[in-house]
Amino acid sequence: MTDITETSREDSRPGAPMNASEVRAWFVREVLPLEADLMQFLHHNWRNKSDIADLRQDIYVRIFETARREIPARPRHFVFTVARNLLIDRVRREHIIPFDAVADVDALGFAMETPAPDRAVIARDELRRLRAALDRLPPRPREAVVLRRIEGLTGRQIAIHMGISEAAVSKLIDNGIRALADILYSDPEDRRNWA
Amino acid sequence: MSNAGLESSPAGGAAEIEADAAAWVRRRHFWDWSEQDQASLEAWLNESLAHEVAYLRLEAAWNRTERLAALHPFKHEQPDVERRNWRVPLAIAAGFAAIAFASAAALPLLHRPMETIYSTPVGGREIITLADGSKIELNTASVLHLAPDQREALLDKGEAYFQIKHDAAHPFALRVAGRSVVDLGTKFFVRNGQNQVEVALVEGRARLESAAVAPSRAIVLTPGDVAVASADTTSVTKMSAHDLANELSWRRGLLIFHNASLASAAAVINRYNDNKLVVDDPAIAKLTINGTFRTNDNQVFARMAQDVFGLRVTYRANTTRISR
Repeated sequence: MTDITETSREDSRPGAPMNASEVRAWFVREVLPLEADLMQFLHHNWRNKSDIADLRQDIYVRIFETARREIPARPRHFVFTVARNLLIDRVRREHIIPFDAVADVDALGFAMETPAPDRAVIARDELRRLRAALDRLPPRPREAVVLRRIEGLTGRQIAIHMGISEAAVSKLIDNGIRALADILYSDPEDRRNWA
Repeated sequence: MSNAGLESSPAGGAAEIEADAAAWVRRRHFWDWSEQDQASLEAWLNESLAHEVAYLRLEAAWNRTERLAALHPFKHEQPDVERRNWRVPLAIAAGFAAIAFASAAALPLLHRPMETIYSTPVGGREIITLADGSKIELNTASVLHLAPDQREALLDKGEAYFQIKHDAAHPFALRVAGRSVVDLGTKFFVRNGQNQVEVALVEGRARLESAAVAPSRAIVLTPGDVAVASADTTSVTKMSAHDLANELSWRRGLLIFHNASLASAAAVINRYNDNKLVVDDPAIAKLTINGTFRTNDNQVFARMAQDVFGLRVTYRANTTRISR
C-alpha cells in the first residue's frame, strides 16, 4: 500500500495548492470514471440508501481536497480508501450500530484490483455510449439536449421550438443534465446490474 | 469551507447543491454568458468544495455530449435546400453520368436500431474486422455506423478503405450521403467530403446506386474507376494503379504528393492534424511540390517549404503559417 494521507478536518487549506485546473482535469479524467464502482461499493456497504448522494459528495470533497496538495498516484486505490475511511468515520461518529455497514469492506479488494478499462476502447465506444445514454433520458429533457447539441439551438430558441416558457425549458434542461451525469457516471449501460 | 466532511451535510444537501450546479451548467451552456456571469459562477464555486465537485461532475457529463454533434450528418439525409449548391469540381466534371440526387428516406434521429458506431479522432486510424473476415480501415476524423448484421454500413464522415468478402446472398452495402455502394466482391475506398462523395474501386466490382434511380441505371465500377458524386451529378474517371496506391498511402501513415500545389497538399495534411497549416498567399499557394510526408507531422512539411522554397514559417498554438 502506498501511504495515502487523507485530509484531516483541521487541515483543509493546504499550503502549496496544485494548479487548480490540473486538479479539475485529474478529477474528471481519473475519478469520475470510477463512479459506477464507487456507487456499487456504497450500495453494498450502506443500509440507508437516502444517504448515498451525500456520502458520494463528501467522498468527492475529500478526494478533491487531497488532490489539491498532491495528485494521488493510484486513483482507484485512493478513491476506495477515502470511501472506506469515510464510512468508518460516519459509523463511529453517529454511533450507528454497524449491521453490515462496512462489514463488506474486504470486498474492496475486488474493487481495487479491477483493471482500469482500456482508454482506446472507451474512446471508440463513446459515441455509442452517448447515444444509449440519450435514449435513457425522459423524452422532453432528451429533446432539449438534442436541440442544443445536435441542432445547435440556444435555450431561448429551444423554448420557442418546444412552445414552452424559458423557465420550463430551464427545468427540463437541469433535469436532463443531472440525469445525464447519473447515466454516464453512476449507472453506465454496460454495468446496469447493481441497482 | 473547512469542514467539508461528513458532518456538514444536512439531509438533502447534496441534492440541493446538485440542483444549483445544474442551473449553472445550463446557464453557461444554453444561454448567453457574460463576464459578470462568469464572476458569479466563480464566487459560487469558491463558496465550497462541495459546489466545485458537483459543478465539475455535471459539466464533465455535459461536455461529453459534445460528441453527439457527430450525429448531425443525419440531418442532411432529410430533404434540405443547402445541398443544391453543391458542385462537381470542374476538373472532374467532364463525361459525367447524371444521376438525380435522392435523399434517403428521412431517418428518425434517435430511434434507429442499435448499430455499432466507430469513430476516429483527427490523425487517428482504425481497422475494423468483420465476422466474415472483411476489413474496414477508417482514416482520420471519420465516423462509421455498422448495422447489427454487418452487411450494411453508413459512412457519416471522413473516409475509409473497404476489403469486403463477397457474399452474393447478402451483399455488403455502404451508404454515404444518399448513395449506396453495393459490393460485387471488392476492395474500394470511399471519402465523404464536405460537398462531394468520392468512391475509388481498387479491385473487383461494385455498383454505385442512388436512392431515386432504378438499380438498372446504377453505375458499375471496375478497378481504377473513381466516381465523384455531388448533389446532382456523378462523374467517373480512371486513375492509374500507381495513383490509386498513392491515394491509399494513409493506410501506412503516409501522404504522397505528386505535382500537387502547396495549398492543396497543406489542406490534405490539415485533415490529419489539429495544428493547421495556413497558406493564404495566392502567390505561393500554386507552388508545385512532390514528396512523401507523415500524416501526423505537419512540421516537416513546413520546414520543407522553408528550406526548398525559402518561405517564412510562423508558428502559433493552433496554426503554422507559411508565407513569403
